[in-house]
Amino acid sequence: MAALADPPLIEMRRDGERSLGIAFAVMVALLIVAPFVVYPVFLMQALCFALFACAFNLLIGYVGLLSFGHALFFGWASYLSAHAAKVWGFPPEAAVLFGTASGAVLGVIAGTIAIRRQGIYFAMITLALAQMMYFVALRAPFTGGEDGIQDVPRGKLFGVFDLSHEMTMYVFVLVMVLAGFLLIYRIINSPFGEVLKAIRENELRTISLGYKTDRYKLFAFVLSATLAGLAGALKALVFQLASLTDVYWTMSGEVVLMTLVGGLGTIFGPVAGAFLIVAMENYLAQMGQWVLVTQGVIFVFCVLVFRRGIVGELGSALGVKL
Amino acid sequence: MFQIFGVSSFALFGQLLIGLINGSFYALLSLGLAVIFGMLNIINFTHGAQYMMGAFAAYLMLQYLGIDYWLALLVVPILIAITGILIERLFLQHVRRLDHLYGLILTFGLALIIEGLFRNSFGSSGKPYQVPALLQGGHNLGFMFLPNYRAWVIAFSLVICFATWFAIERTRLGSYLRAATENPALVRAFGINVPRMITLTYGFGVGLAALAGVMAAPIYNVSPQMGSDLIIVVFAVVVIGGMGSILGAIITGFALGVIEGLTKVFFPEASSTVIFVIMAIVLLIRPAGLFGRAA
Repeated sequence: MAALADPPLIEMRRDGERSLGIAFAVMVALLIVAPFVVYPVFLMQALCFALFACAFNLLIGYVGLLSFGHALFFGWASYLSAHAAKVWGFPPEAAVLFGTASGAVLGVIAGTIAIRRQGIYFAMITLALAQMMYFVALRAPFTGGEDGIQDVPRGKLFGVFDLSHEMTMYVFVLVMVLAGFLLIYRIINSPFGEVLKAIRENELRTISLGYKTDRYKLFAFVLSATLAGLAGALKALVFQLASLTDVYWTMSGEVVLMTLVGGLGTIFGPVAGAFLIVAMENYLAQMGQWVLVTQGVIFVFCVLVFRRGIVGELGSALGVKL
Repeated sequence: MFQIFGVSSFALFGQLLIGLINGSFYALLSLGLAVIFGMLNIINFTHGAQYMMGAFAAYLMLQYLGIDYWLALLVVPILIAITGILIERLFLQHVRRLDHLYGLILTFGLALIIEGLFRNSFGSSGKPYQVPALLQGGHNLGFMFLPNYRAWVIAFSLVICFATWFAIERTRLGSYLRAATENPALVRAFGINVPRMITLTYGFGVGLAALAGVMAAPIYNVSPQMGSDLIIVVFAVVVIGGMGSILGAIITGFALGVIEGLTKVFFPEASSTVIFVIMAIVLLIRPAGLFGRAA
């Protein structure tokens, strides 16, 4: 009987798409106006983290896999694109592509190992693999150890657009991040995405329906790693720097925090969370170790009383799925 | 002194000893993690911070209250266990019914808070802790030099590990615990206070971490970040051993410590990554872990 009271499915879907469309338009409009109001480098930093968090959310929000080692893809893509741009003289588009591709390759390797265990073990394995690659980055000759790779040239995009102009760089980052965002939206609303959600809800039942869930999980993992790589490669160009901070476990924790604050499994949540956390960290930067304590308090608060996150709460208040 | 594979016996056995020391900490910490996971279904990310708190408590007690190592060995684990019990009552009991992931994220947040507070109060630099007078010096065994304190750490952690194994596998209380791990509702129906048992189990696991911290204080410098890197290695140890077996956790801990020590002698570049590499290989060959049951 309850089913009869619900609005027809197609109408609901159209309603949902309309509210998502409005939300997307608002987000894009804000991001176009923002560089005239706020410091562009801050915005670009937040955008890179927004993409990173969206990529992470693809796994936790839609497949139910908590990766505690996503800094591996972010940081290593950042190193490799920085190296390609600085030492091999790659133009920016090739350097970013190279970094993104390296994220994909690392995703295949780490994913193959990590998806052999479920649940809590998956989180520990990804964390351990990322820590291993942190030590490799610490020792590898090309990463520059504690100094990182500095003075990475931004270069000229397609030989035309000079990215050393802050606004040109901003437009490039914005376009790439929005493309990544739309790709993720497309993935989670495809038949492939429906299978991912089925795995999240009940993996055994999905297997019994005849799906090879390991393949789906691996593919989702690689997609997530690839987009995290894109975010890392962009960040290397924005700051003209690739450093150990980006591969350390604290970075893996930060992306969990951003997604959690914004709302796990929401489409806009990771973006909102990334902007909030990056703003908070810039604001708290002069207060040293209090950043760590503040992050911890936010984690505890979110898990205990704010599990839906900002966008999740907003969505349920407005009665729409954001 | 003699040579083995072109390495002096002093260097080889010296590293082997350090490996055993690290191994005893891996064993103690992964044991605590496994006991906590069994009862609470939570991976206690705060474990590293609680190990650090144990070391700091010993340091502060010696510095300000003149409480020596031996008394600290008894008092500190109880004290830190009480803070653990408070954490369980205040925070962890609320996430027990949620997805495992929330427990991990919650304890990760708590670890950040604790580490941040300690860094604010004591800075990031390491603080030395004197080896107790009774255990200073060492013996030259002809093929190696054995510092007394290190021999003590290995022997004492072996005793603690096996005492824990005995308590859980061979006593009546342990049988309640194992039963409550399997089926808490049924054990409650027999009139056993399972929530209190869960709280005390968490306290016990945390106490083990603190004990490891006190033992580590004279060997490593006491610093706020001493726990965070260690806990990730211990996670890898837990993945390799599987959390199903107490003895498995102990054996895996010691074995990996020794392997790490040997790697330091023969291939030092890989010493910080060898445990993670072993983890990857074990996962590819035996996904459930060496002592784990298939999920």
